[in-house]
Amino acid sequence: MKKDIILAGVGGQGILTIATIIGDAATSAGLNLKQAEVHGMSQRGGDVQSNLRLSTELIHSDLIKQGAADLIISMEPMEALRYIPYLNKEAWVVTSSHPFKNIPNYPDEEALTKELGNLPHVAALPIEDVAKENNLPKSANVILLGMASRYIDILTPEQLRESITRVFANKGEKVVEANLKAFDLGLEATK
Amino acid sequence: MITRKLLLGDEAIALGAIHAGISGVYAYPGTPSTEITEFIQANAPEVRSRWCTNEKTAMEAALGMAYAGKRALVCMKHVGMNVAADAFVNSAITGVNGGLVVLAADDPSMHSSQNEQDSRFYGKFAMIPILEPSTQQEAYDMMPYAYALSEELKLPVLMRVVTRLAHSRAGVVVREPMEQNALHPETDRTHWVLLPANARRQYASLVGKQGELLASSEASPYNSYKLQATGDKCHEEEGLVTCSSSHVAPLGVIACGIAYNYVMENRPQELGIPVLKVSQYPLPEAAIKALASECEALLIAEDGQPLVEEQVKSLLGADYTIKGRLTGDLPRMGELTPDSVGAALGVTIEQPYTQAQNVMPRPPALCQGCGHRDVYDALNKVAAEYEGARIFGDIGCYTLGALPPFRAIDSCVDMGASITMAKGAADAGLFPAIAVIGDSTFTHSGMTGLLDAINDNSNITVIISDNLTTAMTGGQDSAGTNKFEAICLGLGLAPEHVRVVVPLPKNMEEITRIIREEIEYPGVSVIIPRRECMQTLQRKLRNKKK
Repeated sequence: MKKDIILAGVGGQGILTIATIIGDAATSAGLNLKQAEVHGMSQRGGDVQSNLRLSTELIHSDLIKQGAADLIISMEPMEALRYIPYLNKEAWVVTSSHPFKNIPNYPDEEALTKELGNLPHVAALPIEDVAKENNLPKSANVILLGMASRYIDILTPEQLRESITRVFANKGEKVVEANLKAFDLGLEATK
Repeated sequence: MITRKLLLGDEAIALGAIHAGISGVYAYPGTPSTEITEFIQANAPEVRSRWCTNEKTAMEAALGMAYAGKRALVCMKHVGMNVAADAFVNSAITGVNGGLVVLAADDPSMHSSQNEQDSRFYGKFAMIPILEPSTQQEAYDMMPYAYALSEELKLPVLMRVVTRLAHSRAGVVVREPMEQNALHPETDRTHWVLLPANARRQYASLVGKQGELLASSEASPYNSYKLQATGDKCHEEEGLVTCSSSHVAPLGVIACGIAYNYVMENRPQELGIPVLKVSQYPLPEAAIKALASECEALLIAEDGQPLVEEQVKSLLGADYTIKGRLTGDLPRMGELTPDSVGAALGVTIEQPYTQAQNVMPRPPALCQGCGHRDVYDALNKVAAEYEGARIFGDIGCYTLGALPPFRAIDSCVDMGASITMAKGAADAGLFPAIAVIGDSTFTHSGMTGLLDAINDNSNITVIISDNLTTAMTGGQDSAGTNKFEAICLGLGLAPEHVRVVVPLPKNMEEITRIIREEIEYPGVSVIIPRRECMQTLQRKLRNKKK
């Protein structure tokens, strides 16, 4: 069994935190894992992505082949679309529906939403708004992880929750609780 | 007890070096090599690890530690090899006493670099062993192996990695750490004093060792190809594809370093394609000839430039079919991917979705509130007043001043070139010639060029945009912090032409006035806009809160 995931977003949106949580859960579960990250220049407000591969078998490549990814988790809708050539037929796209416009030529929002909506398996939510409404301003990325957890079926939501507890442990109990709440909100939203 | 850790390739290298008993790491930050030194700084207080001013000082200090009998690591990005090259090439002539590993992190596809030069050429040029891990585990395991090899051959060893390995995480099984070497300085001066008479002897000794280097590669646990008489089909065992000796395959593969992963991802065992994995150089010639005798053609899969492809061509002769980057079977430039390698192996994929319509490029930009922004706002205002103005840029975050909305710089070539190129252009009569260089880049390679300009009384205006850190690579200490005015005065600048400003929008009038004044001064002047990097400032505030 394997799960090839592309994490996408804009530099600074917190996709590496999502990767850290999934990575920790996968390691605890004894799964093999490879995770290619982006560091350096592109982190300054440019597009960033991470290839995260989980498997019960030996994983060779750090990069996912085109047509082979099982899931895109994206903090931004245009960034989700950027990687669809990597998806397989059954794959899911889980994304924030809220555009992050830091370029002058950002595509027409309606056309973008329509193209995204034409994909067969999409879960989109304005996670920043949900985070604000629930007084969790820093946990939009964990809401997204909660939404995606339904499709990361190589790990259970409970395993991911345990990992959240470990990853945020050194930031105090309040931060752990806020992130667990964020995760559950996301999980509920995709029911 | 077996311990398994989830490590970045860079962290695996760092931990491997710590466990191999290094006494010091010497490095200048550079993507994708930075995290090696950062990991050692955070996890091994017993290892000397402060950042160096540039790659050359790093290389020489590491050589000095190896002279004294201890194990040293020196790390840099690929272009840093150019800066360290004088010391690097000559370290192969002196040889070493304690083990010395030079780690070069290449950046094919130029994710964060200005070229994609392949550091393996440097290793071949210097005639020393090269190691090229394909996995994080190998990167870790190779460190003690590299130090043992270095001390056995009495030569530095080059380890070459690429961005995808440096910045990719995987589980790594770690061992018990080894003790550091005791101090035992070299006693034979003739090895180390490279007067021509000694140097000729030392070079002859290096040439004489080449047979040993080849023998080590032929027997290396990291170069693997075995023949097994188990029927016609190829099969995989422990990640290794082997075929029976009676089988002549239409195609075989030589897979170097990380390219091995991309080959294996395409399941060559199911395609009947035998694979020779190469992770130690010089190339294992016997194994290559054995593979060639079993195949009608060979594909060379290597990330970077076609070094192996050229060598194998000359090894097997013009009649043998070699495929690779030179023949167009693989892309001539850019990093390899499982897709490009798959296509070269004849693998077809099912791809339900093509590129989306509503996607635009999203280039990086200077952070909101960054002081470099105010510097470029001011420079653009003043430069607009001079028809012939040119702004020579340099390497760092502020290179992003080339992009909209600023479009402020006319060049960016190599570390320090802003000052020296401005000088050359001014010598040619260009006016005004303005250089923009960051604080860390200035101490890395700008100071000597500034001395040239001062001695020549060139008519240039130098902006040292000081954000008190090495920002581009994530905020490492900058070697010259608090010393820039003193450095400029020490190099001979007139005190009235060393001006310090605070780059904030509210000071725009003062900054533009000072730039104008110094452009009008017919000689060298330095303006230092100084304000802390937003990233390091925010990190400090966050840490204070905790």
